[in-house]
Amino acid sequence: MTGSLSRITAIGRNTFTGLVRQKVFYFLLIFALVVIGNSAFLAKFSFQEEFQMLKDVALGAMAVFLCLLAILTTANLLPRDLEDRTIFTILSKPVPRHEYLLGKLLGVIILLALSTLVMGVLFVGVLFLREQAALAETRATFSGSPQDLAAALDAVRRGVFSWDLLAAMVLLLAKSILLASLTLLVSTFATSGIFAILVAASAYFIGHLQVTAREYWMSGIGIHWWTRVFTAVVALLFPDLQAFNLSDDIVAGTSLPTGLFLQTLALGGVYTAVYYAVACFLFQNREL
Amino acid sequence: MSAASFLPRSLQAVLMVIIAGAILLPWQKELQSTATKSGFHSVPLGIDLREQIGQSGFLAALSGFRSPVAALLWIEAHAAWEKTEWGRMASLFNTVTTLQPHSLLYWDIAAWHMAWNASIAALQDKRQPSEVLRERARRQYIQLGRDFLERGIRNNPDSYLLQERLGILLRDKAEDHAGASTAFAKAASLPGAPAYVARFAAYEAAKVPGMEREAYERLRTLYDQGEKMRLPSLVTELRRLEEKLGIPADQRIPYPTASPSTLPKPSP
Repeated sequence: MTGSLSRITAIGRNTFTGLVRQKVFYFLLIFALVVIGNSAFLAKFSFQEEFQMLKDVALGAMAVFLCLLAILTTANLLPRDLEDRTIFTILSKPVPRHEYLLGKLLGVIILLALSTLVMGVLFVGVLFLREQAALAETRATFSGSPQDLAAALDAVRRGVFSWDLLAAMVLLLAKSILLASLTLLVSTFATSGIFAILVAASAYFIGHLQVTAREYWMSGIGIHWWTRVFTAVVALLFPDLQAFNLSDDIVAGTSLPTGLFLQTLALGGVYTAVYYAVACFLFQNREL
Repeated sequence: MSAASFLPRSLQAVLMVIIAGAILLPWQKELQSTATKSGFHSVPLGIDLREQIGQSGFLAALSGFRSPVAALLWIEAHAAWEKTEWGRMASLFNTVTTLQPHSLLYWDIAAWHMAWNASIAALQDKRQPSEVLRERARRQYIQLGRDFLERGIRNNPDSYLLQERLGILLRDKAEDHAGASTAFAKAASLPGAPAYVARFAAYEAAKVPGMEREAYERLRTLYDQGEKMRLPSLVTELRRLEEKLGIPADQRIPYPTASPSTLPKPSP
């Protein structure tokens, strides 16, 4: 058990180091950081508008970056190892294939978690700085009673940060991990990295329509049998990615119940585990 | 490995995913139902929206980027404001509020732009020589602002803010004091409403012929809540209504009596 864990950790660490060295990672990270940082300069808006824009743009940038990173990095893991012949060196040692895949997935998960952390810290930092500026401006320009001033300052604070924003970031991370696991599954039978990227990207878009297909299939209102079969296949084969899109409403002020958050997180975990298990099943007998 | 020998295993893998999907299906449905009940996923992404935001915007909204798309359109609306393109602004506001119906800020500011900025601009529009038409345009923009607030209220029935804004619009722009009073009263009954909203409801009721008794009772109730509510405007309005309604002297609010500490000290 300890040996297995140390092998998985070692592969995960090496995968992470390899991924961090890739230029695409820095390009995407810098792009996301610039977008998040830039959203602080929406000075033409009132501070309420500014905070709304900041949250919308920053969480959107994080979502784009994490999904791209999950698909692009995972899709190239196995093809690159095959090309470099590193995979033969690893698998010729007593390393089971499922451990190898888990190590690879772990490396990607660490990368995604670290990226979320970096972007999250920048986002919260920008939010904090803008909040301080808005509070100082309110103090300087307010001319009411101390009670009214306290209420105005409280209103500014309430409009800026809520713990649900952190939950939204965690859900974005869960969605990207799910995508990484799905891409890993695709790459176990893909012939090239490009093929894996295309299939995973298609699955990403179809996954967002899964809920529509599911509702259409289950409503059963006067549809042809082949439409029913098609929608059923879409509903069963693809993950429900819309379930993870709670940040749109969180930004708008809808409060996220803990039960819903935990259940969505658990759904992400189960999907990730299922795709990993199927990836192992396919990879087990693959001739290299 | 030949394709034929790989196919059965790949089919087995597809079957595994489908079985897992079937097992997860009830959970997904329950999760969706819980999310909808909690106010999530309530935006219908239909063909109307597709026509409003174009194919790429619609695709982005479908892919989980609804709020960033709304933010970008909002920035576009801001640019349209700088060019005073009021019609374009109204159209963009419609799209933004469709994408983010639970964001109070969007409804509030869209209504403000229409009822205040666009209506005044329409009234002062030098390209329109007819004053009648200018006035008609002004009223139309005010109505547009009111529509935004009313739709916002339908989407966010528990929020006091939009009710309060509707009250302000009806008071300042439509001079509908009865409507304003009702809107302020509804706002005051919602959680988180500031104390002044209840006062506004009473002040507006006092301006409506036939509602003086109701206004008096509301103001009296507020007055009886304690010193914090006894603001000069409230006391003045209450006294005016006492006079108008002929309230018996013993039921009227007392005039303040100067306490010894506030009296000027006798000169030695």
